Amino acid sequence: MNSSLKFATLAFAFFSAVAGAKTLEVRAGESIQDAIKGASPGDTVLVHPGIYEETVYIDKDDITLRGVIEDGEWPNLEGNKQLNDAILYSGNGFSVEWFKITNYKGNAIMGQAGNNFSIRNNWIIDTGVYGIFPEFGENGLIENNVLSGIEDAAIYVGMSDHIDVRNNRVFDNVAGIEIENSRHALVEGNIAHNNTGGILVFITPGLPIKTSYDAIIRRNTIINNNTPNFAIPGSLVSNIPAGTGMLILASDDVIIEDNIITGNNTAGIIVTSQDFATDVAGDSESDPNPDRIQIRDNVMYDNGNDPVTDVKALMLTQFSTKGPDILAYKSAADAERGSCVSQKTAYRTFGLGDWTECDRATVRAADAVASATPPDSTSRAVASKMLSEPAAPRLITVDANGAELVYQGICAGCHTLNVRMIGPPVLAIQAQYGDDAEALARYIATPEKKRPDFPTMPPQDHLSEAMRIEVARYMLSLSGG
Amino acid sequence: MRSSISCVIASFGLAFSALSGALELSAHCPPAMRVDDSGHCKLHSRYQSYASLYDKGVGGLKTGLPPWRDGFTAQQIDLGRLLFFDPLLSSNQKVSCSSCHDPALGFSDGRRKSVGVTGKPIARSAPSLWNVTFMRRLLWDGSKHTLEEQMLGPLYSPVEMGTTPEMLLRRLQSSEAYTALFNEAFGRPSPTLEDLYSALAAFQSSLISLNSRYDLYAHGVAGALSAREIDGLNVFRSFVARCAECHTPPTFSNQQIAVLGVPERDGDPLDIGAQATTGDASQRAGFRVPSLRNSALTAPYMHGGNFDTLRETVAFYTGGRGHAVPEGEDLKLHWHIWTPELTDRELDDLVLFLNALTDQSFLPDIPDELPSGLPPGRAIAPQARAQSRIVVGD
Repeated sequence: MNSSLKFATLAFAFFSAVAGAKTLEVRAGESIQDAIKGASPGDTVLVHPGIYEETVYIDKDDITLRGVIEDGEWPNLEGNKQLNDAILYSGNGFSVEWFKITNYKGNAIMGQAGNNFSIRNNWIIDTGVYGIFPEFGENGLIENNVLSGIEDAAIYVGMSDHIDVRNNRVFDNVAGIEIENSRHALVEGNIAHNNTGGILVFITPGLPIKTSYDAIIRRNTIINNNTPNFAIPGSLVSNIPAGTGMLILASDDVIIEDNIITGNNTAGIIVTSQDFATDVAGDSESDPNPDRIQIRDNVMYDNGNDPVTDVKALMLTQFSTKGPDILAYKSAADAERGSCVSQKTAYRTFGLGDWTECDRATVRAADAVASATPPDSTSRAVASKMLSEPAAPRLITVDANGAELVYQGICAGCHTLNVRMIGPPVLAIQAQYGDDAEALARYIATPEKKRPDFPTMPPQDHLSEAMRIEVARYMLSLSGG
Repeated sequence: MRSSISCVIASFGLAFSALSGALELSAHCPPAMRVDDSGHCKLHSRYQSYASLYDKGVGGLKTGLPPWRDGFTAQQIDLGRLLFFDPLLSSNQKVSCSSCHDPALGFSDGRRKSVGVTGKPIARSAPSLWNVTFMRRLLWDGSKHTLEEQMLGPLYSPVEMGTTPEMLLRRLQSSEAYTALFNEAFGRPSPTLEDLYSALAAFQSSLISLNSRYDLYAHGVAGALSAREIDGLNVFRSFVARCAECHTPPTFSNQQIAVLGVPERDGDPLDIGAQATTGDASQRAGFRVPSLRNSALTAPYMHGGNFDTLRETVAFYTGGRGHAVPEGEDLKLHWHIWTPELTDRELDDLVLFLNALTDQSFLPDIPDELPSGLPPGRAIAPQARAQSRIVVGD
């Protein structure tokens, strides 16, 4: 970790000449993206109240985008149902907080492969398909956001690892919080009400990362998730029955603990294989069964008052017309394996025949706080699923000074050692410059047309001067082999 | 755009100058590779300095590559190059690998459906071979998992190259030139079929395209893409268009099977795709997600050349979920197929962005002469080629 961190710093220095972190301010009438373009890793962009009608993309590392709220006036990213996304990020270490985001078509905040992100204190209304959607990320925090009116999932963690989703409020969405094909997630202290489904943990077949395991769903309040499903037909959540408090679909090692789950008209918790609520092409590499689910010490009442037809039909086999608190829907071929429930008899259930009683925790006030030595096998001692150190930057390997990488990533597109490509062979360049790296570095920054039979080289002055000299030295030192 | 044309022309210029004596194998690794201490060619790309979750090679801009094939010797790769272009590998000695995977056409053939030794179109179009080294699912239906396994199909299919193992072995072993070259590359007294397959896999694994202007942008050179191309990138990765969800950087394929419901052409029956090989009815009309790198060079598009241009292809996705599914078919369409209502401008920007993925800087040389003495197989006649080059670069 240490050496790779060191290199990352070095690499940034070559590409962007890090100075001291600075703060850029954006006011109504100005463009947030313009400020991002001028920002360097470590910088903060402060956005003052006003309407900002734009898509902001952040393809750099360690940028903080922070709204400034004055007298209750928020900076408002407004999509007018014309723009696709409010914020797209791919950089590591991205933080976004204190924005009101409204009326986009796709997402409020979408991340692709950014690690160590933080998305906090945003207020998001009807931003289309998703509200907050980090994908392919490692180590992230989604906290204290309020989201409503989303036609798929308000908070959607996709193919990610080590994510905490804490203290958010999600309502009037199709799905409140969704953890999909992800591992090491903590979903804690959220309020999910009046969605079609409150909290979902599942595997979607046909994605490149195929597992979903190790999630804790704890101390959430999941109430009255009975909104008719208004998802786009064909979308993954379009088959979620209205009245679903929580849905665990094919995921493994999920602990559902200390939640309050009430007023959900189909069922409080549904644990199922892919046979239920899934209508996509099969994937032989994806395990369709949920294994080792623990349902512990949840307060559940008044669920199942008006179940959807399929669930009603199941319950009629138990001579009930009400939906259950807990429904385990088995695949025809495989039972849930290794799942347990505490106080099984306290709940109205269906399909829990194979489930054992969880080893019973004696919960006293003194145990209810996180402690370093858990008194039992509950999740109480786990304070977070985030990493104790930031995820390693993705720049992980290194030659002595990065010159080889720059050569390979940029120069080698046009030059090879001994073969003519778009530019002359390196051997020809060596013949001209000998060991005068400074002269070659000057040429790299401001090339001019030299050889009639080659196009003019594009200037490489985006590289720092030090890097240009390193690359020139490297180029002049290359030999056959 | 101009740069991609000049790149093609410049690269072709070298084809006839760099190769001195066609029957000597190159001792140098191809430009995308670097020789290691044991004399094997290893991939060398800036993307190797990035990680990806579970090494799956899917993610965003600075994301590592999926697993790849390398470790062949320069001689094995170069022998594979000669074999790849040699029509000796077909029953009538008129069709080579390069007849359908022509480097001048992005290692495809410009046809809706490829044509083999029978002279008649076969079932599907020829997929590009650029970056095939990163693919763990090969062919349109994703049914093959290694190049060696995959190539048995075209070599021995009566409608593709139409040869047999016995015929191939006999021809190679009775060729003095090939016997010497196989010996140089593999150190055995006479050619074997396994060495033939290895050499072809070695050459195909060397076809690397990771130096486009998009890649410069991804590595941190902000000015490498124009404003319109960045707009296109943002449409591409947006959750409205959702292109990047399956065409995931850095290879621009997540290598999964997806059911799109594209229209067949000319009254062709529905191609059932992966269902035919997996037997899974839910994968009916499912195909492996292709890479989009160099896609500007590989028209027409989809499994049966269903669309003539990139613009038509991207417009398919905004036509509405299932709009082209034949009546009576109940396809498990991919959940990302929906109605994004992209504007004309957004569709144009997407095409501009896809053009920024073009990179042929590591185009291999087309051999002047082949050990068999036959002319190298090409997808199109030489006189038509000059013209088409401008079309594909445009």
